[in-house]
Amino acid sequence: MSFREEHELHRRRFGRNLGVALVLVSFIVIVFGLTVVKVTRGDYEPANAVRTN
Amino acid sequence: MSDASINTRADTQEAGFGDYFALLKPRVMSLVVFTAAVGLLAAPGGEHPFVAFSAILFIAVGGGASGALNMWWDADIDRVMKRTQGRPIPSGKVTPDEALAIGVALSGFAVVMLGLAANWVAAGLLAFTIFFYVVIYTMWLKRWTPQNIVIGGAAGAFPPMIGWAVVTGGISVESVLMFTLIFMWTPPHFWALCLFMKSDYKDAGVPMLHVTHGRRATRTHILVYTILLAIIAVGMAFTGVGGPIYLVTAVVLNTLFLAGAVAIWRRDEAQAEADKYKREKAFFGLSLLYLFLHFGAILAEAALQPYGFGGWPV
Repeated sequence: MSFREEHELHRRRFGRNLGVALVLVSFIVIVFGLTVVKVTRGDYEPANAVRTN
Repeated sequence: MSDASINTRADTQEAGFGDYFALLKPRVMSLVVFTAAVGLLAAPGGEHPFVAFSAILFIAVGGGASGALNMWWDADIDRVMKRTQGRPIPSGKVTPDEALAIGVALSGFAVVMLGLAANWVAAGLLAFTIFFYVVIYTMWLKRWTPQNIVIGGAAGAFPPMIGWAVVTGGISVESVLMFTLIFMWTPPHFWALCLFMKSDYKDAGVPMLHVTHGRRATRTHILVYTILLAIIAVGMAFTGVGGPIYLVTAVVLNTLFLAGAVAIWRRDEAQAEADKYKREKAFFGLSLLYLFLHFGAILAEAALQPYGFGGWPV
């Protein structure tokens, strides 16, 4: 049994928290993906290091 | 009765995720994404799809961040103008301080991430775009000169240059021409809007051309800029990003656009009032299609090139 009545405010807060969580997860996926691409194609090999950084 | 049950939507005024997203001006962001993607895809060379996707995302975030900073600075104007009263700050959903924090944080984030994902030339161009839109246009020109939209339009013209720089690491004639196309398109597009949204800018005290120099002068300016735009748009057909598809698109669209500008120039206020600014509204609608189809044609030329169809035969 719930002691607190569900309110529109709580739904809005939940939506906001969910949004922030999704943004953070997306950011992790992007950084991971970029790392995989750059390491795989050898951007960080000594010969190519100057090109990227 | 719980504590929450006595609150209503109106008195809590707590922002939802969508309110923060609205700070980033999603409709402007869609134009930024599209033109940046065309610049990126039309550039010679090519980029890994995941890097390209990430770069466009960071350009969009940078554009959105500048939108948030624009809303922070212009909150007083937005409260007065009907068109902008529903924005997150004037409607009380987001505080100005929150908008400032989000704008600054996302600006820094987008520039650094674009530099790391692509290169620092593209990141530098993005940083300059944000600076130009927020400081040069929003803080300085907008409230000072009726030429605000002419010079300020440059901020919206940078995305294809940034997309191009993501691939090439530099600037070229083609990327400057894509910039020029949007730069010259912005004034007639915006002035047409001003003609039928007339009272808003006057009430807000923004020195738009039609407020300071009158509506006759604005109609003349629309025609002059449309003629200059047509020369640039058709001329672009004979550069590296052009080709037969682009040429046909540019000739058709610029003929229609010029006809619309001449019609606006020949009208006076009495005629415009009589048909509720029908011509001006049609011209504004066409201007949206105009930009979309020009960049669509550039994209088509680039997409067909691997199959031997895009661009001019060498």
